[in-house]
Amino acid sequence: MVNHYETVFILTPVLSEEQAKETVKKYKELLEQNGAQNIYEEFWGLRKLAYPIQKKTTGFYYLLQYESDNKELVSLLELNFKRDERVLRYLTVKLDKYGVEWNEKRKKQQAENKSKEKNKIEL
Amino acid sequence: MAIDPGIKFLTPINIETRIKKYCRFRKARIKYVDYKDPDFLIKFVNEQGKILPRRLTGTSAKYQRKVAKAIKRARHLALLPFTTDLLK
Repeated sequence: MVNHYETVFILTPVLSEEQAKETVKKYKELLEQNGAQNIYEEFWGLRKLAYPIQKKTTGFYYLLQYESDNKELVSLLELNFKRDERVLRYLTVKLDKYGVEWNEKRKKQQAENKSKEKNKIEL
Repeated sequence: MAIDPGIKFLTPINIETRIKKYCRFRKARIKYVDYKDPDFLIKFVNEQGKILPRRLTGTSAKYQRKVAKAIKRARHLALLPFTTDLLK
């Protein structure tokens, strides 16, 4: 039975752009190796935190949505999150069918916004 | 002792008319409360960042539980503060 998961994690603002990209790539590879299908990644950029975490007030937010029937995948992923000191905070959620529906709708909206922005620039 | 009809009340006893509250989730057919967008969740939180009770928001029990869980997840991810002042 394939479960749908969604992980949001925050990286410290201290590290540079490509270090952030590199850590995210590391986690995506980890997911792919352990049997995660159609991984969808979203980068929310540098956001202000509602309260300071480890004395930092901003952080890079990343969202990963994936499906997997491998039961140990999430615990493995979270183990690596715990060990990585660049990750300030992480949250993995198992989605029910309404959650999956909502994400599909959200992806469509995002695609529309991007296309709207694109042709706005072309005008 | 019934109220003496002769006594006139200074102000008319106004029965405050209560606007019928409705559950916005059932009305708008929203089935999933997303913990990722704080702008929507802020409607269910008061100035200090505390979760508003059902009697004020009028949401049904099933969706109040979903909203509470989503708010707690958003707080964990620092999208919403645990306590603050003048949030709005």
